[in-house]
Amino acid sequence: MTQYLIRRILISIPTLIAISIVIFTILALAPGDPLAEFAMNPAVPPEVRQRIRKSMGLDDPIPVRYVKWASSMLRGDFGYSFRSKSPVIDLIRQRLPTTLYVIGTAYLVSVLIAIPVGVLSAIRQYSIFDNVATTLAFIGFSLPTFVTGILFILLFSVKLGWLPMIYRTTIETEGLAGLWEKIKQALMPIMVLGLFETAALTRYTRAAMLETIHQDYVRTARAKGLSERTVIIRHAMRNALIPVVTIVALSIPGIFTGAVITEQIFRVPGMGSLLISAIRDNDTPVIMAITIIFSALVVLFNLIADILYGVLDPRIKYE
Amino acid sequence: MRRGIPDGGDELGATREEGVPVDELKQLEAAARAGQLSRREVLKRAAALGLSAPVIASLLAACARPQATPTTAPAAQTPAPTTPAPAASPTPAAAASPTPAAGKRGEGGLVKLLWWQAPTILNPHLAQGTKDFDASRIVMEPLADVNDAGELVPILAEEIPSVENGGVAKDAKSVTWKLKRNVKWSDGTPFTSKDVKFTYEYVINEATTATTMGNYQVIESIETPDDYTVVIKFKNPNPAWMNVFVGPYGMILPEHVLRDYVGEKARNAPFNLNPIGTGPYKVKEFRPGDVVVYEINENYREPDKPYFAQVEMKGGGDATTAARAVLQTGEVDYAWNLQVEATVLDQLEKAGVGVVEVIEGVSVERILINMTDPRKEVDGERSKLGVPHPWQSDLRVRQAYALACQRDVIANTLYGRGGKATSNILVAPERFVSKNTSWKFDLNEAAKLLDEAGWTKGPDGVRQKDGVRMEIVYQTTINPVRQKTQEIIKNAFEQLGIKVELKSIEASVFFSSDPGNPDTAAHFYADIEMFTNGPSSVYPIDYMISWYGKEDNIAQKANNWSGNNYERWQNEEYDKLFEQAQIELDPKKQEELFIKMNDLVVNNVVVIPLVHRNSVSGRKKDLTGLELSRWTDETWNIANWRRSS
Repeated sequence: MTQYLIRRILISIPTLIAISIVIFTILALAPGDPLAEFAMNPAVPPEVRQRIRKSMGLDDPIPVRYVKWASSMLRGDFGYSFRSKSPVIDLIRQRLPTTLYVIGTAYLVSVLIAIPVGVLSAIRQYSIFDNVATTLAFIGFSLPTFVTGILFILLFSVKLGWLPMIYRTTIETEGLAGLWEKIKQALMPIMVLGLFETAALTRYTRAAMLETIHQDYVRTARAKGLSERTVIIRHAMRNALIPVVTIVALSIPGIFTGAVITEQIFRVPGMGSLLISAIRDNDTPVIMAITIIFSALVVLFNLIADILYGVLDPRIKYE
Repeated sequence: MRRGIPDGGDELGATREEGVPVDELKQLEAAARAGQLSRREVLKRAAALGLSAPVIASLLAACARPQATPTTAPAAQTPAPTTPAPAASPTPAAAASPTPAAGKRGEGGLVKLLWWQAPTILNPHLAQGTKDFDASRIVMEPLADVNDAGELVPILAEEIPSVENGGVAKDAKSVTWKLKRNVKWSDGTPFTSKDVKFTYEYVINEATTATTMGNYQVIESIETPDDYTVVIKFKNPNPAWMNVFVGPYGMILPEHVLRDYVGEKARNAPFNLNPIGTGPYKVKEFRPGDVVVYEINENYREPDKPYFAQVEMKGGGDATTAARAVLQTGEVDYAWNLQVEATVLDQLEKAGVGVVEVIEGVSVERILINMTDPRKEVDGERSKLGVPHPWQSDLRVRQAYALACQRDVIANTLYGRGGKATSNILVAPERFVSKNTSWKFDLNEAAKLLDEAGWTKGPDGVRQKDGVRMEIVYQTTINPVRQKTQEIIKNAFEQLGIKVELKSIEASVFFSSDPGNPDTAAHFYADIEMFTNGPSSVYPIDYMISWYGKEDNIAQKANNWSGNNYERWQNEEYDKLFEQAQIELDPKKQEELFIKMNDLVVNNVVVIPLVHRNSVSGRKKDLTGLELSRWTDETWNIANWRRSS
């Protein structure tokens, strides 16, 4: 097991380096200019803009830029944002809690709803409950978040006036009222993301569960006279959850990098909106930092998913 | 208020003196505001009440207000004081922004602003976009700012320099600013002339890489004879002396805070994220790319201001939901730059929560015509100076192009309240606007001109001459309105027998200063291209440089395409006018020069002006005192923003 772990970790190092080279090169080759907005401003003449470009190192050859970036990265320095001139790590630190709160809650809610619903609708296949759950899941899965987001805004903010459409990190109200305000503003983004995630996860759980309850060992368990509850939970569910665990584990990095579209719609200042505005502004240091963190998390959670398999299924052994 | 329309309170105050029953007037006013009465009816009834002219005017304004129609700027009131000669009268401007009598500091609570692009840095001299200037201006102040009429309003200066008061030297080679006394930075340190001088030294240092540096290169030296006097010496006589230390590019930095952060260290200054200023507010919390929260600067010089205790500037999202938040749900008090389709905006405004504010802008959406051949590569560059365009170098062809642009359709259907058709490239300030130009849409005349030029329709309907087919590439940025404009123009051109290939490029690429990218506006590897541009100063010399034909001002390989002249148009007469305008001090002559320059560019069809663009923003109904100005940041007057009851 330990050996396996060490081997996996060692393999992930070249993977990460390769990822960083690919992303950096794509970014460097992509045209664009952090100061494009001033192109049509006579007060900022072209030679001033070119000088600023140069000072950002944008005119250096790509390999030189990569080595500079990678060496400071190894020292744990993500560099400075072109835009705000502040350390990238500070920007990420400001954004992470919001993302973890909003996106994390959405994922948690969806796991808590999807697994029981998926299992139940598999056990009672073709029942009314199953039909309703499957239809809802289908709707939730096919509606993109930008559609549900805007629908929710129209319904809850414009028509009913219950929920705010702008997410604020600066709520200062004290006590319970403040807490309620904080919860209230997160409701819509959580619902939008939760709906989508729940839908997807329900379908996976149901499919996996359907497959296992018809297996021989489940029939054997029933034949032994075990209670239905034990059969489902101990024998069927445990096996059915293996693919679900993979999906959940692999979507956890997404909690850290945020949900680009949902964050944009509700103006949630999370990692996703930081990434998208950095891309729009050609703010290379910020884009690189976020993508590298994301890649590292994906590699890490892949590993965790693999280890969890072993826990769930004793037949899987890592040697 | 912005346009000299007095407040409700003033109207009633004025009537009492005249002995008119207040009740009747109140009723009349209420009816006018509710839109029940037309202007004519108001006039009739007001006359019956025996009201005086100013009161009637304010009633009429009340009629007009619900629609927020853009009344034209009151150009007639005062000539714009740009140059030494006309009295740069700050007083009328100051009087035009009446301070409501009652009101205590911080009484108004929280005011919420929504900028759909989020500010990322609060040091205006390192700003990366308009949003950063707007966010900085709440904390920082220039010596003077510019109101919508183009008049200078003193901010940190005691008065506006002019030739009469001796502030501007007769040869315009120096200008002397007298500073307000008893101004303190928000940390309590007194503000002095040394800070002004320091700002110059900070900006002009190349290693600082200040965005605002361009304006300051005209300065030779700055002297500070005493703590409250600044003498700016220019390298040449400078009619554009108000380009430095005025408006968004002129905010003053505190020497005592930034002394050690000049040059390369500039980017590490904590100041960039938490500035110390002299303005009405200081930063309480700043999350770059998300939100700025401001609280009152207790050291602000005017004891009763600002009215709002806190300002929150939230960023991000998109223009349409921003419009919704201010016009429909009322979640924010003010939203910036509502570039939203006209019909959507009208519908949102019907909710009755907010009002759309439209002010005439300074910029023009235009089509540039390439004078050089974008297809032929010579010495590693296309569109090279000296390689004339096969047909666009013929004036008749260019005139035909201009006749094929249906400007009113573009302006009315695509821009709505966002703009109107124009035939000029210089549309502000008022005194420099030419009245000699006109435009029309006439395809028959255009066809005749092309025939005359020898470009006749071939068998496939495309015009040709000596085996060359009239096929053009028309490029612009990716933007729904621009793509629709392209379609309208392409349609007319193809009726004429000109084949048009449309090309749209991501804005950050199109406007990039990257010399290695062939798709930029400056490379102009196309026959025609379209974008918006306008002056940044009330003496728009730095805008008119766009057509100055001196070789190093032509965008080309030799200067890494950093020249300002994209069309590669050269005209001796224009160059002479431009050089004269750089040093001309007589306001009458200045007007002649700028109008002539405009007419030359328009009549030679170097550019086809299409739409004079307006700036559109939204405010909640009760938010007053904005005094938005086309020349400066929308937040410039925030100390006087109020909530009316």
